[in-house]
Amino acid sequence: MFEALDAVLLARIQFAFTVSFHFIFPAFSIGLASYLAVLEGLWLKTGKSVYLDLFRYWLKIFAIAFAMGVVSGIVMSYQFGTNWSVFSDKAGPVIGPLMAYEVLTAFFLEAGFLGVMLFGMNRVGRKLHFAATCMVAAGTFISAFWILSVNSWMQTPVGHVMGGNGQYLPGDSWLEIVFNPSFPYRLVHTVIAAYLTTAFVVGGVGAWHLLRDRTSVHARKMFSMAMWMAALVAPVQIFAGDMHGLNTLEHQPQKVMAMEGHFESHPDGAPLILFGIPDSEAKEVKYALEIPKLSSLILKHDLDAPLAGLDTIPDDEEPPVGIVFWSFRIMVAIGFAMLGLGAWSLLARLRRKLYDWPLLHRAALVMAPSGFVAVIAGWITTEVGRQPFVVYNLLRTEDAVAPLAAPAVATSLLAFVVVYFTVFGIGTWYILRLMGKVPHTGEVGVKRGDTGPIRTAGITPGPTQDPTRESKGEAVADRELR
Amino acid sequence: MAVNFDLTVIWAFIIAFAVFAYVVMDGFDLGIGILFPTFDPGPERDKAMNSIAPVWDGNETWLVLGGGGLFAAFPLAYAIVLPATYPLIIAMLLGLVFRGVAFEYRWRDPAHRPFWDGAFTLGSLAAALAQGMTLGALLQGITVEDRAYAGSWFDWLTPYTLLTGLGTVAGYALLGAAWLIWKLEGPPQAHARKLAKRTAWATLVLMGTVSLYNVFLNAEYAERWLTEPEIYFAAPVPILTAIVAVSMLRAVAKDRNSKPFWLSLLLFFFGMAGLGFTMWPYVVPPDVTIWDAAAPERSQVFMLVGVAITMPLIIAYTAWAYWVFRGKVGDEGYH
Ligand code: HDD
Ligand code: HEM
Ligand code: HEM
Repeated sequence: MFEALDAVLLARIQFAFTVSFHFIFPAFSIGLASYLAVLEGLWLKTGKSVYLDLFRYWLKIFAIAFAMGVVSGIVMSYQFGTNWSVFSDKAGPVIGPLMAYEVLTAFFLEAGFLGVMLFGMNRVGRKLHFAATCMVAAGTFISAFWILSVNSWMQTPVGHVMGGNGQYLPGDSWLEIVFNPSFPYRLVHTVIAAYLTTAFVVGGVGAWHLLRDRTSVHARKMFSMAMWMAALVAPVQIFAGDMHGLNTLEHQPQKVMAMEGHFESHPDGAPLILFGIPDSEAKEVKYALEIPKLSSLILKHDLDAPLAGLDTIPDDEEPPVGIVFWSFRIMVAIGFAMLGLGAWSLLARLRRKLYDWPLLHRAALVMAPSGFVAVIAGWITTEVGRQPFVVYNLLRTEDAVAPLAAPAVATSLLAFVVVYFTVFGIGTWYILRLMGKVPHTGEVGVKRGDTGPIRTAGITPGPTQDPTRESKGEAVADRELR
Repeated sequence: MAVNFDLTVIWAFIIAFAVFAYVVMDGFDLGIGILFPTFDPGPERDKAMNSIAPVWDGNETWLVLGGGGLFAAFPLAYAIVLPATYPLIIAMLLGLVFRGVAFEYRWRDPAHRPFWDGAFTLGSLAAALAQGMTLGALLQGITVEDRAYAGSWFDWLTPYTLLTGLGTVAGYALLGAAWLIWKLEGPPQAHARKLAKRTAWATLVLMGTVSLYNVFLNAEYAERWLTEPEIYFAAPVPILTAIVAVSMLRAVAKDRNSKPFWLSLLLFFFGMAGLGFTMWPYVVPPDVTIWDAAAPERSQVFMLVGVAITMPLIIAYTAWAYWVFRGKVGDEGYH
């Protein structure tokens, strides 16, 4: 019994570790793919080289982030079977098809057009190349659509029937399953999160270069674009998060109780606990700093509305309060910090000193990685708050695990930790190194084959012609690009 | 029930197709990884890498379809096979991590290029070996009780699985070498040809050994192949395989273009057809048939619609992406 429990815990840690690492990359590449499409579109429209330079600059970074996203994602698609085989058997008929749709409609699209996006500028011509960039961007969004639908079904399962063999089987309507109650909220909130994450990275890089050289056209452009995103989208995200929370209150009340730290029910108006130390043993929040009745106002839009607490939930169905309480606060704090920076940038624009306000640039630099922290904190809230269930109220995590011995999982977990920190650590370092370079006029694209005559797309003569290849189309494309 | 019968069979073929597409497409780029150290550092390696850089991600996506498709269409099989071959799967995944990032990293960091080239090779080798051994573990049979894997830790490690693992490594290397004959010219092409010859023989010997092993050491498989009326369906497979093998060896010896590649691909096709025939109708021999493991009809229909709409498109744009990068790899590299 004790051993079995250990294997469950290890399998959970392994899943959480690998998925958290995986999600860091999509959070960046969903946003970055769209940003690249915007940059290339603006370049095609205006013909201004600054957009092309920025496109090439970020494309190199995208290539690395995307590679890391792909390899960590492949791990994920096998983790369901290796670690959660009982879950896979039971829920496979419902969520398997959604994940298959993800592969068919998203992964192939991304992967199929990625090669052209990265290396094909000389070979296909501008318009087609732009189309490829858009396809990759669309692929990242479609991918988020399906996988979030899967995850949302696990949070708020509907539309299934029980099969005789213990499987959940799809009921009459797939639409009901795909568009389950928490899905629209989660999709909106997560995709915006990816955009914000990217915006803050781009803004941070722009700020870094502005701090060194205020006149850099490229740094100005990046910074300005990013700050528009922050100013316009951060408020939308807070609104979306609020809606999401209300929806969660309706469908997963104990998660909200844990987020709020409400161990007790409050029949007439619940306080908003700002900070404190939740103690699940004693069932209280120690040293709580609270604002009376505010929680009822936020969640019920009524100061005196009663709110049930965790005392109404059987002990063995309570999520771990401490983690959820804190991760939620971290996310929300970052959300407001983002809002603050966005507002500050508007003020700077009003005063016409967007590019000459070092303090603002320093703040943007500090905030550069904040999106990643918020995203991971948000997911921890979502996922831990669902415990002890994998499929909410239907299947317990401890009943979903694969028949693996603890040493096997421990070994693989160790291997994942070592490999991920090394490989993705190094990749992140390469990305940071690229970001440290100043984007400049005539930026080179993703460059392959450091051999032979080095040429950069668009500014130097066409490829050394390969005699075996008929290349009329390419010659035309090359001319267009020059 | 009749409809369900057909759908399950259709799904078995779709999964088999995805696995085949994966094996030949990622096979050649894993094969290039395996052969990488035999190429000179510098232009030779760069060209070999450039010949697959724009397509490897698409190739690997077939693995996600194979795994994801199995999860969706035969969830029980997915739930049994992955725990049964746990260490192999983890090794494969970690191998794929290394060789996947090497595509980018080696260009970003010339100082450590030898290291990432090594990671590219070891990752490819580990992935190929693990895939082959997983196949072997499946063919030799998996112990199942009560809808779950019930064998022990190291059931997957036997002489037989080592043999299938090595066979897969050799086969992938053959595909890789044949691809390079197609994509390179001059001295590196000559080198690829030498490699192709050797790996072709290794592949044929190992394929033959595995087939004989299947027929002579496993009574049930033997019955499949050696009794009437099955033998009439079965007999053409080895005969055709032999014909393909001979023409492939010839092409490898002198062709300068794509012929060696297409013929080794055909060889793989017959190899897989043979294995499919051996396993049929089990998805997890010896107990679980495709019907035992099949997802319910509603799931199958829903996905089939998706496959019918998207698969032609996927094949079309994948072919286009290959077309864009057609021809010999020039000196300029891709930008
Ligand atoms: C398709 C489903 C799915 C998706 C998209 C995600 N997860 Fe998840 N997650 C699970 C399906 C799942 C799971 C299989 O259901 C787990 C394993 C055990 C459990 O309770 O839920 C889980 C557990 C789990 C845990 C451990 C919770 C605990 O054991 O207390 C964490 C921290 C995360 N996940 C984090 C994430 C993050 C950061 C994600 C962002 C990409 C994410 N999950 C996406
Ligand atoms: C446990 C759940 C998940 C699984 C099994 C999974 C699986 C995968 C796989 C297999 C890939 C590689 C695809 C390829 O070969 O190109 C991938 C990449 C990707 N995934 Fe995930 N994923 C999961 C969670 C998520 C989430 C929650 C999101 C977004 C909200 C997401 C978004 C993406 C995107 C955009 C990519 C493209 C590569 C990249 O941008 O880094 N994934 N995922
Ligand atoms: C004040 C602002 C915010 C509020 C009120 C808010 C609210 C919420 C809530 C209630 C959840 C849990 C949903 C559940 O029950 O499953 C959540 C999850 C999440 N949050 Fe936020 N959030 C805010 C800001 C942010 C920011 C700034 C980001 C990232 C840049 C972010 C990213 C996420 C992510 C990725 C998830 C997990 C996915 C999901 O379930 O939607 N949030 N948020």
